[in-house]
Amino acid sequence: MLNSDAFDLRKYMQRHPQSVAVWIALLALILFGVLRYDNFGGSYNFGSFLNYNSMFIVIALGMCFVIITGGIDLSVGSVAAFSSVIAAYLSPYGIEVALPLAVLVGMSFGAFNAFCIIALRIPPFIATLATMLGAKGAALVISGASTVAVDWGSNFTNMGMNKALGLFPWSIVLVTVVGIALWIVLEMTSLGRTILAIGGGEDASKLMGLKVNRAKAFVYIISGGCAGLAGVILASGFGAGQPLEGVAWELSAIAAVVVGGTLLTGGLGSIPATVAGALLLGLVFNILNFENGRGTISFSAYWQMVIRGMFLFAVILFQTRMTKGQKSKGASA
Amino acid sequence: MSMTTSEITGKSMLQVLRGHGGVVALVAILLFNMAFTPNFFQLQTLFVNISQVATIAIVAMGMTLVIATGGIDLSVGAIMALAGALAPLIFLSEFGTAYPVLGVALAIALPLLVALACGLFNGIMVAKLNVQPIIATLILFISGRGVAQVLTNGNLQTFSNPQFSYLGTGKILGLPFQGWLAVAIAVVLYLVISRTTFGRYVLAIGGNERAARLSGGPVARVKIGVYMICGALAGLAGLIVVAINSASDAARNGSLMELDAIAAAVVGGALLQGGRAPIFGAILGAVIIQLVKYTLLANGVEDEVALIAKAGIILVAVYVQQARKE
Repeated sequence: MLNSDAFDLRKYMQRHPQSVAVWIALLALILFGVLRYDNFGGSYNFGSFLNYNSMFIVIALGMCFVIITGGIDLSVGSVAAFSSVIAAYLSPYGIEVALPLAVLVGMSFGAFNAFCIIALRIPPFIATLATMLGAKGAALVISGASTVAVDWGSNFTNMGMNKALGLFPWSIVLVTVVGIALWIVLEMTSLGRTILAIGGGEDASKLMGLKVNRAKAFVYIISGGCAGLAGVILASGFGAGQPLEGVAWELSAIAAVVVGGTLLTGGLGSIPATVAGALLLGLVFNILNFENGRGTISFSAYWQMVIRGMFLFAVILFQTRMTKGQKSKGASA
Repeated sequence: MSMTTSEITGKSMLQVLRGHGGVVALVAILLFNMAFTPNFFQLQTLFVNISQVATIAIVAMGMTLVIATGGIDLSVGAIMALAGALAPLIFLSEFGTAYPVLGVALAIALPLLVALACGLFNGIMVAKLNVQPIIATLILFISGRGVAQVLTNGNLQTFSNPQFSYLGTGKILGLPFQGWLAVAIAVVLYLVISRTTFGRYVLAIGGNERAARLSGGPVARVKIGVYMICGALAGLAGLIVVAINSASDAARNGSLMELDAIAAAVVGGALLQGGRAPIFGAILGAVIIQLVKYTLLANGVEDEVALIAKAGIILVAVYVQQARKE
């Protein structure tokens, strides 16, 4: 079931009109930043921006899959926090042990979500809300409610601190690989087709004989795994497992996915546009920080939440108008 | 497919739980406390629990109405923080100290109006723009608390204002004022649901929104009304919490309240698909949630473990309710 149109740029643009707007906005903001601030395009800002945002990109990737099926995963922030603690405890054994095990832990939270949603038929937002509480509680219990220092002697912190080719943090390299893999799954495999079909209509997909439950389990497990990976990046980049981190990460991820043009009603979504959405959100805050630095404005940290909410509001307004236009024109498509 | 006996008994047990699960749980918790919690049957314990239950119950009743239309409101905690942050700002302002009575009146009225406006915003997003309730209310969930923190610069506002504090510390016939308030609200809402056309439409929308719309019902107006009631009740709860503490902390006021409220509504018998609005059930649910919290706390269970227990309660309650529809 190979779909050769998937990487055809013109067809891609036709199918995802909003993502074109996101890419343009992204380029415009980068241009604005480079022209306005001295160190904006410098390798330090470049590296730290990518390193920090790699966590949000990877969480948004998993969230994108979940939202395409018409679901939601509110547990990602707490799962990332839990995994960061696990990764910190495992850091003496090196990244080759800590990374896969922490991702596996994230996946098992995802599997629990999938079990509640598919087998117990609990609505996704309730199931993942409960997991959010449970994972947060568990992270606080195993860490004794404080940060857990990583072992600096092992190679664990290389991923968050060192750079490939002296420019790209290893975290973003890894996340890029994950993103490409997920893109291929979504666009070129029958599993990807099923995931898109579920969002279009779950009952119809079942009647067509698609393996709906398997695909749903897959998206929640992937989302959990992505959150686990974000946790590893968190622990590696900050040198500690952080049980208290991850608050409101699910919101950043949902916002990024929505900005990227994925319909919240499911059935349509794009991996590259989600990445662009996450980068755009990150860039807005990066630029606000630079403005703060110049002293033209002074935003306290609390403004971040307000701006994030307004951003989400603007995007939702934009999307409701877009989908109205698409419904009339794309009903037959 | 033949049913084994274990399946049959499992089913009927589930049915018993579904019908009277809340009461069964309440009795179980009370029995446990009688046996294990020291000093459980004392007036002090009763007062502490009533004043805590009242805030959960007030929010849970609004949530019950929203859930009855098939919606959800994640922004209640943020609205509590916002209303709670506004009140001291008003009665501690120059105007508020110059005219203390008017100051306190405004410190109650204005935050409630703001909370009502938040509900209006949620309602318009859901009813007019057709945004799913989770996402629509996520906007205020994020930015509402942010606005509260911006307004107070993230500072804890402490005060001493007996008139305002009556909301949280006053007593009528020896029982906390907010307990009476919660009961009064419950009676009013019960009458609204059972006796008015508005109430009938709330249930009709949750039962079958398309049918309600096709039969010419004012679906959008009723939905907006429900979110406004929920917002206003959350604002009231925010004021009560501030009054109890004689302090307003925008970071903590109403934090995770959306979970307590949803859990209380569901434990009380609300169906997430909509169509039922058990108002007094929400109070029962709030009592259970609060007693579980209290029981864990009084028996020395750490807060973190209590979080996990709460997650378990929500899952079990929704699972038991969920099976009803099938």
